[in-house]
Amino acid sequence: MSKIAVSSEGPSLDDQVDPRFGRAAGFVVVDPETMVTEYIDNGRSQVMAQGAGIQAAELIARAGVSWVLTGFVGPKAFQALNAAGVQVAQNLEGLTVRQAVERFKSGEVAGAATADRR
Amino acid sequence: MREIIIISGKGGTGKTSLAGAFAHLAQEKIICDLDVDAPDLHLLLQPTREREEEFRAGHEARINPEKCDGCGLCASLCQFGAIREDGAGFVINPWRCEGCKVCVAFCPAEAILFPEKHCGNWYISSTRFGPLVHAQLFPGEENSGKLVMLLKQQARELAKARGARLVLCDGAPGIGCPVISSLSGANLAVAVTEPTPSGRHDLERVAGLCQHFQIPLAVIINKHDLNPEEESAIESFCHHAGYPVLARLPHDIQVTQAMIQGLVVTELPETEFTRELQRAWSRIEALAERSR
Amino acid sequence: MIVAVASGKGGTGKTTVTASLASLWEGPLIGVDLDVEEPNLHLFLHPILTGEETAHLTIPVVDEATCTYCGACSELCQFKAISVMGRLILTFPEMCHGCGGCLAVCPEKAITPGQRELGEITWGTAGRQGFLMGRLRLGEAMSPPLMRLVKARLEQMLAQTGGDAIIDAPPGVSCPAINAVIDSDVIVLVTEPTPFGFYDFQLAWEAFAPLNKPLGAVINRAGLGTGAIYEFCREKHLPILAEIPYDRAIAEAYARGRIIAQISPELQGTFVSLMAAIRGLAQEAAHA
Repeated sequence: MSKIAVSSEGPSLDDQVDPRFGRAAGFVVVDPETMVTEYIDNGRSQVMAQGAGIQAAELIARAGVSWVLTGFVGPKAFQALNAAGVQVAQNLEGLTVRQAVERFKSGEVAGAATADRR
Repeated sequence: MREIIIISGKGGTGKTSLAGAFAHLAQEKIICDLDVDAPDLHLLLQPTREREEEFRAGHEARINPEKCDGCGLCASLCQFGAIREDGAGFVINPWRCEGCKVCVAFCPAEAILFPEKHCGNWYISSTRFGPLVHAQLFPGEENSGKLVMLLKQQARELAKARGARLVLCDGAPGIGCPVISSLSGANLAVAVTEPTPSGRHDLERVAGLCQHFQIPLAVIINKHDLNPEEESAIESFCHHAGYPVLARLPHDIQVTQAMIQGLVVTELPETEFTRELQRAWSRIEALAERSR
Repeated sequence: MIVAVASGKGGTGKTTVTASLASLWEGPLIGVDLDVEEPNLHLFLHPILTGEETAHLTIPVVDEATCTYCGACSELCQFKAISVMGRLILTFPEMCHGCGGCLAVCPEKAITPGQRELGEITWGTAGRQGFLMGRLRLGEAMSPPLMRLVKARLEQMLAQTGGDAIIDAPPGVSCPAINAVIDSDVIVLVTEPTPFGFYDFQLAWEAFAPLNKPLGAVINRAGLGTGAIYEFCREKHLPILAEIPYDRAIAEAYARGRIIAQISPELQGTFVSLMAAIRGLAQEAAHA
């Protein structure tokens, strides 16, 4: 199973899922089998006046993950992730990163066909 | 949780005055002033600031005169006419600089700095009607919509934290970036218009924008007694397009009198105007409940 | 001479003042509507339109056969209009500001100019005068790119007429308003004495005063509100060029699409004086 990224308020598995994709504080990249993590800070996207979502999508694509778990993704970032072959699961806010990954592992998470219009 | 945004197309139709009254009438809500260019809602709500943050967005280019050798490549590349000769070197006009970084990237002498801009401040405040999320862009700055999105996000988070069911936003005039950002994710847009040729023209455009972004729209005709023919034309337009007309408010000096006293009109003695406004608010609540 | 009619608050009477001035201006004049989001000037001047063009912004188009995905364009772009992710390049035309950076920086010359539609520019005549307006496409977020193109056409038109221009600016004090006034010779700030009018007028003063152009105020709906605005103008040495009284009859005439300088001899006199005051302000600055 290849790695997945979860938008996160902090670097650990016990941090809350950050509901935003583009302006998330950062991303926890998890190997679902070993639960080994690394953290990617998203500060560079946060400071952008526009296009934060696209910037974050670039980060994710470079990290080589196959899935992103988050709260909501805007249409441009969604387009970018799609094009990069990264699947998107939305509406996972309110969980910890660990809980979101567990749901993913147990197959409870569905890929989004379109961006959540929020 | 629902988000309602009061817009107008044309400025001066009474958007902020009515938004202020709705802030008084609504229960369990977070109020948000998204007109960050020329915010006025605070003049009615007298907020007490509880949190103040700097808003930084974009960059501007600045030539270091000590390193500039006067080659002029920057001026020839700048698409915005922001760079001109100044003595032996060149200087950038901050009013015209678009923050695109082209001059910075191409300067052979690496003489151009690119500092981040502090464009304004945003605030979370308390008011007699509840929490207010608002901001002030420094005059002359770019209103890209980022600050509007930030305020909406803050308001939503605050609503979640306080168990509020509604985010009520005073929007900006026009149809550009700030309005587009304001509409994003809203459950209902309420356009305040007036029966004048400009009012009708601008309503049609902002309605078109709402259609484009698939945001449900309802209309309030303010100062409706100014021109019965224009009023009919607006009603006809709304009827054909399927936008409910929630109220027809008479031109009432009370609105300005309230403003002068730093009050919203529903805080003054009851009149037909305020009763119609209350009916309008009930209809808005019902519509917002039904949407999405 | 180019006169820009601006305000902080919307709805204070910019278009009203512009249309009234245009209706009695002496000498060749072009009336220009730069409020491209919500243009209204044509509703009062009733121009006969003789020409129209669709305005475009130059945006990047990538030839993927030549592109090496080096990412230089993506690195430079401040607006995320072009994005390289591995061996994938995407453009987001609606984000582009038209700076030309990606086109210039590409080492393979793989990027060529394409177009994004901004809106329409139309021109014609209104009586003896010229008329020019921009209308932003619905869904186009930025007005300055279209405004720049309208201003370029104004320059061409002025080169032929050799006369004056009056610009109806958008409301507010951010980039669209700055864009509208920055190439003018005089800025006229239209306001009303209500608390909202006064607050936004102060913002307008803060935004426009640093541009170092002659600045004057027109107080519309005078009599409504408080005297604070007059005190402010005194303090800042900002001349009040005209006052239009608060009068329901004026509001009703406006609601009928009438040019208010034509309602009564008094109002006509007000605008004739305003025209003279504006010329005076411009001349003072020229001799300063």
